Amino acid sequence: MVTAFGIALLTLLVVTAVAVVVTPNLFVAVMLMSIFSLLMAATFFILDAADVALTEAAIGAGMSTILFLGALALIAEREARGSGRRRWLPLAVIALTAFTIIYATFDKPRLGDPSAPVHQHVAPWYLEQTPVLMEMSNVVTAVLASFRAYDTLGEVLVILTAGLGVMLILANGRPDLSRQGRAAAATGLRHHLIPRVVGQLLIPFIVLFGLYLQFHGEFGPGGGFQAGAIIAVGIVLHALLEGEAAGRAILPTPLLVGMMAGGALLYCAVGIVGMLLGGNFLDYAVLSADPVAGQQLGIHLVEAGVGITVTSSLVAAFHAFADREPAA
Amino acid sequence: MIVDALSFTMLALGGFFVFMGGLGALRLPDLYTRMHAASLTDSLGTLLTLGGIMLQAGWSLATIKLLTILFFLMMTGPTASYALANAALLSDDKDAPGAPPATGN
Repeated sequence: MVTAFGIALLTLLVVTAVAVVVTPNLFVAVMLMSIFSLLMAATFFILDAADVALTEAAIGAGMSTILFLGALALIAEREARGSGRRRWLPLAVIALTAFTIIYATFDKPRLGDPSAPVHQHVAPWYLEQTPVLMEMSNVVTAVLASFRAYDTLGEVLVILTAGLGVMLILANGRPDLSRQGRAAAATGLRHHLIPRVVGQLLIPFIVLFGLYLQFHGEFGPGGGFQAGAIIAVGIVLHALLEGEAAGRAILPTPLLVGMMAGGALLYCAVGIVGMLLGGNFLDYAVLSADPVAGQQLGIHLVEAGVGITVTSSLVAAFHAFADREPAA
Repeated sequence: MIVDALSFTMLALGGFFVFMGGLGALRLPDLYTRMHAASLTDSLGTLLTLGGIMLQAGWSLATIKLLTILFFLMMTGPTASYALANAALLSDDKDAPGAPPATGN
């Protein structure tokens, strides 16, 4: 049953991917990308990767669609016509790459094979030690925030850099409040009563669900990345409904930039405090007299740092797009 | 037994309505009738399908979660349909595939 469902999902994924490439209308392409992400999230879910499925649904189907639409509002909706000349070299490169990748999959162990190398290396140790070292039921959170905290620190810094990059590239100086387009943009959906009322009703639940994922991450699926993305969606929804100015008012730019850097700084600070207390960088066991409590404290703080940086970076990216004047 | 029968009937009916909605979205002539088909059957299909699953779950935490999902879908589905129809009406894109036929008004 699950296999049939999986095959149906993968077929739809391929169809959607081809449709994204083929369609000349960028708006349609954005919507298809969103559908692609939703299908991908369902695929992850039937592979029992609930944490990844949540991330894919929140970022792929939610946040990136809004960012794509924000970008689309600034440019033309239809793709520019190509030169018409067939490009044989790129086609050959793609065909060769696809052939190599498909050929490589023949050596891959069967999906879920317990004797596969990936399940023999460090994974058994993680599974064994997570309940002992940090008394957590979600091994994914333990691996992400403690065993492989260096990776996650790198990811947080990547998100911080990406957010800052979007701000620096797209920011066109101080927003000019006198312009007419700004006045139109400032009203948001205020004249559309039904979406506005329903949206405002949903925002508290969206933010609450984000906070639940943030603080429940060690017991169930969730964590800083998913929570950050969902809280950011709540704030962006407010900005879409009430206008860009109202969206900015809840998180003013200085606070937003402070949060972006502050989350990453909190992460680093946890590592440095651990060093000062005599452990290694990002070794949380020394943070408290009881190593288990220390691990849990460290994971909580680090996840909070991740959540803060992800939320503020995504909101900053949205504002960077929303602040731009559309090209005439 | 009765609960099972009721639940399967609801699931089957829900699937039927969603299928009819999909068929309508594909076969009807213009955007508004297509939306009409998709949105109405979607609401009813969701209600029946989730109701059927709730009967299977019995009184448990899963039922509460399903009720929450149902609440959100009942809120967002019709709102999305309204927003889509409103946007279509305001932009009035006659060139779009499935736009209402020009009536000369």
